[in-house]
Amino acid sequence: MSEIIRLTAAELAASLAAGEVSSVEATQAHLDRIAAVDGDVHAFLHVSDHALDVAEDIDRRRAAGEQLGPLAGVPLAIKDVLVTTDMPSTSGSKILEGFLSPYDATVVARSRAAGLVPLGKTNMDEFAMGSSTEHSAYGPTRNPWDLDRIPGGSGGGSAAAVAAFEAPIALGSDTGGSIRQPAHVTGTVGMKPTYGGVSRFGAIALASSLDQVGPVSRTVLDSALLHDVIGGHDINDATSLEDAWPSFAAAAREGATGAVLKGLKVGVIRELPDSGFQAGVSASFRASLALLEAHGAEIVEVSAPHFEYGVAAYYLILPAEASSNLAKFDSVRFGLRVDVPGGTVVDVMARSRDVGFGDEVKRRIILGTYALSAGYYDAYYGSAQKVRTLIQRDFDAAFADVDVIATPSAPTTAFRLGEKIDDPLQMYLNDVTTIPVNLAGVPGISIPSGLAEEDGLPVGIQFIAPAREDARLYRVGAALEALLVDSWGGPLLDRAPALRHAQGPDGGNR
Amino acid sequence: MAKAALMDFDEALERFEPVLGFEVHVELNTETKMFSAAANPAHERNHGAAPNTLVAPVDMGLPGSLPVVNETAVRYSISLGLALGCSIAPSSRFARKNYFYPDLGKNYQISQYDEPIAFEGQVEVELADGTTFEIPIERAHMEEDAGKLTHMGGATGRIQGAEYSLVDYNRAGVPLVEIVTKPIFGAEKRAPELAAAYVRAIRDIVIGLGISEARMERGNLRCDANVSLRPRGQEKLGTRTETKNVNSMRSVERAVRYEIQRQAAILAEGGSITQETRHWHEDTGTTSPGRPKSDADDYRYFPEPDLLPVAPPLALIESLREALPEPPAVRRRRLKADWGFADIDFQGVVNAGLLNEVEATVAAGASPASARKWWMSEISRIANADGVEASSLVSPASVADLQRLVDAGTLTDKLARQVLEGVIAGEGTPQEVVDARGLAVVSDDDALIAAIDDALAAQPDVLAKIRDGKVQAAGAVIGAVMKAMRGQADAARVRELVLERAAQ
Amino acid sequence: MVSEITPDLVRHLGVLARIQLDDHEVERLTGQLSAIVDNIAKVSEVATPDVPATSHPIPLENVFRPDVVGGMLTVEQVLQNAPDATQDRFKVTAILGEEQ
Ligand SMILES: [Mg+2]
Ligand SMILES: [Zn+2]
Repeated sequence: MSEIIRLTAAELAASLAAGEVSSVEATQAHLDRIAAVDGDVHAFLHVSDHALDVAEDIDRRRAAGEQLGPLAGVPLAIKDVLVTTDMPSTSGSKILEGFLSPYDATVVARSRAAGLVPLGKTNMDEFAMGSSTEHSAYGPTRNPWDLDRIPGGSGGGSAAAVAAFEAPIALGSDTGGSIRQPAHVTGTVGMKPTYGGVSRFGAIALASSLDQVGPVSRTVLDSALLHDVIGGHDINDATSLEDAWPSFAAAAREGATGAVLKGLKVGVIRELPDSGFQAGVSASFRASLALLEAHGAEIVEVSAPHFEYGVAAYYLILPAEASSNLAKFDSVRFGLRVDVPGGTVVDVMARSRDVGFGDEVKRRIILGTYALSAGYYDAYYGSAQKVRTLIQRDFDAAFADVDVIATPSAPTTAFRLGEKIDDPLQMYLNDVTTIPVNLAGVPGISIPSGLAEEDGLPVGIQFIAPAREDARLYRVGAALEALLVDSWGGPLLDRAPALRHAQGPDGGNR
Repeated sequence: MAKAALMDFDEALERFEPVLGFEVHVELNTETKMFSAAANPAHERNHGAAPNTLVAPVDMGLPGSLPVVNETAVRYSISLGLALGCSIAPSSRFARKNYFYPDLGKNYQISQYDEPIAFEGQVEVELADGTTFEIPIERAHMEEDAGKLTHMGGATGRIQGAEYSLVDYNRAGVPLVEIVTKPIFGAEKRAPELAAAYVRAIRDIVIGLGISEARMERGNLRCDANVSLRPRGQEKLGTRTETKNVNSMRSVERAVRYEIQRQAAILAEGGSITQETRHWHEDTGTTSPGRPKSDADDYRYFPEPDLLPVAPPLALIESLREALPEPPAVRRRRLKADWGFADIDFQGVVNAGLLNEVEATVAAGASPASARKWWMSEISRIANADGVEASSLVSPASVADLQRLVDAGTLTDKLARQVLEGVIAGEGTPQEVVDARGLAVVSDDDALIAAIDDALAAQPDVLAKIRDGKVQAAGAVIGAVMKAMRGQADAARVRELVLERAAQ
Repeated sequence: MVSEITPDLVRHLGVLARIQLDDHEVERLTGQLSAIVDNIAKVSEVATPDVPATSHPIPLENVFRPDVVGGMLTVEQVLQNAPDATQDRFKVTAILGEEQ
């Protein structure tokens, strides 16, 4: 059954609909794959013990002639930032070990309603703070392309799971690049929708004004299919948009014909010079632009003078909001409690939070507390909010001239585990091209653009569109993807090294 | 703790000028909470719910939960702002007030900070003698209530010495409007009375709007009283204390009086007032120190990123303005004129809190004088004796019906009092009580004449005396007849019949 | 403006954030925060008074929920993750400070 796991979600869905394969078979194949390789990859924090029951139910309903959604019966990996009633939700933190939510995140509820089969919860940097998944309290996830390297972060688990064929699609969340940067380093696709396009209800908040849930997959069409399932207005999230969204899958299918590229204006940002990027990343990016140009697109230089303030603004807004969002983890209602003999509740809270939070989380909470405290607000948080306005204006001006903006998805290919862990500032610079997208609330997608010549590791290209133009990204992404896969003679992931089967199909119980 | 020295109140007022300020929290009686669809315990229907049964994810700060604003709470807040004479902000915002406390599920309170929904108003407050006082309002803002802590072990229910505390999040997220006054000058001797009158005025307003149960004993209305003193002739305001959560009007009055006397004693000795919150103790009638203001009070306010600005359309504001009930002070002036009561009689009704009852009784058809008489005398007497609210005993409609029976001659005043007792005892409407108890006045002349004949037979000299001009002699016969009829006769009719007989 | 991050400030921030930092953590954080703050303080260079702040990337207003009851948890759900509970309530150790 090993071929099942290599099917895209769209292909698997077609096979399921045609009765060529059952959801139980598909689910079992992925569970076997997890058992075989996840000991090395460590993409999952928890594997569902009733995925097969869910799959069986879907098969039964299909057999009974019930009208099912396009992705019914397809297995799904869920980033642990999303709360689930049937599996623990820890957000990668010790402080939430074993936490069982009494309600499902909206995106999870919608996925279940659409007949997707939750396989398990994926690893992540603690509370989504990080770009390498090394800040997970449960140990790092490893990049399937090279197990000594990081899978990106914070959603390294979801990206690694789809890259390692442990799941065809996954849910992620993106606050400053946590879907797109892992996609970049694992040769997969990741989409950060327009802010408000997908409900945040049930996504354990990092920075409320930046967080956005989105799809993770191996193809653009698969992300679009999943986006169709999870997107749309949710009354439980006040920041959720009421827009009537078009079918993103239809947009991806239309894009794959390549017609969209004729006359498409693609902006490149003058203020992001090649010198800031690893040579192979730049080369791959330039090659993709050339390919687009060769197929009728026009490459236009645009200016975004305030992008250089993006990282600084981000590292004020994010810690500030996070310091408040993470205050709820106080040992009273849920989560870790560390008793302090003879201590008051204040002592117990402070001790529990000291023990329960990792270093990066504490660093950012303290930074955010500082940025909001009396006397500093205007200089820090207030100024950062103004930088947001300036970055939005940069985007507005650019989108007056171009249809989409293209950037490399991240400055480097996957770095080695441990390489940047002690240098928070270096780590923060990983998100230089993805952060402005979150600050402005616009959509961004990362798709594989090739391998860097110097290290043979995957590189991604990011496309950015104006707010609410998510469908445009699926069109353009699918168009370039089709050209690239053609030029490679097959998906990029075909070139990833085979993973050692660490254990037999029965092993790896957790 | 040493007992605080107090200065005589009049002396304190001679030496110092009191400056007041109030923060009143009003719990709205919406169906659901401010930011969640959980049922609202401040709605009468949900009062006394078992612990943690009225909780949605956001009320207890569950991971992933989000707040969404209750539309009705916003409308109520705008109405209250308008009733306080405030301007309604074209755009207002929610902010997070960050501090850790176990009753606060998220460890921040969603409130409004620099952009409240209503600002700059005034409330007309009436004192017991009928004079009015303008209280300047700084702002009214929307926020959420916290959960409830119960301290266990150690001294009963007190935070000090408790071994542990229990947390119930039912109240967490109850919609609140916090009304903040500007500093209030010029209250002078009447500062304590004004404090109570202000809280009563707020209570009257929210009851008139129907937006709160407004029961202070349940915490629907809570008052923090700020008091400072400054020496006569000094411009600079003195240091203030904030006495928290005083939960009756009488207590507000006492707490303000106490603080004036306490602070005056300290200042007169050359001491200084500590800026702090203070607790009111109902039993001893004193306040005690709470939490000092310190730099730990860094609430790190920032705009609530999970919520959007509230920008009420002008048309909504105007329609809510049109729907406002008459302001209580205006209403009182109108009713006094309509009813033609003397100052003392009208103020008596107001002070007894029976204005609504008298008004409704008049509306049901009774004359103002009779309505006042019933409520202020007989009904109040029974209420006092039973220790209950007069309004809970009998409906205004029943009182009007009762008076109608008196006016029709069916009941004498004395009979009517018996009927009232029957109505209060739950025996039915006044007419039903009359029928069931057979209390109607005997208006059958034949029966009366027969009784008069019996009485005259017993006192044969009476007719002669009347004919001699000693009309008062009729009294003996009338008395005998009334006794024979067990009070159920109209004495005036009996008198008429006796005089007729004498004239024959 | 750049503020000197001192160990005392970090300790104070730890109190505000309810995280009990030991001396070693305070020392490490003081150095790291100084470096970070030096790098992010540049936001004030372009944040001139004429630039409005953006707190929501997609501007919306008047997003309300109808006042209709729903979505409540059962007591069991409320308490299902409680570190300690009794009498259907969460139990915490003695509280000394007061509410705000
Ligand atoms: Mg207050
Ligand atoms: Zn308040």
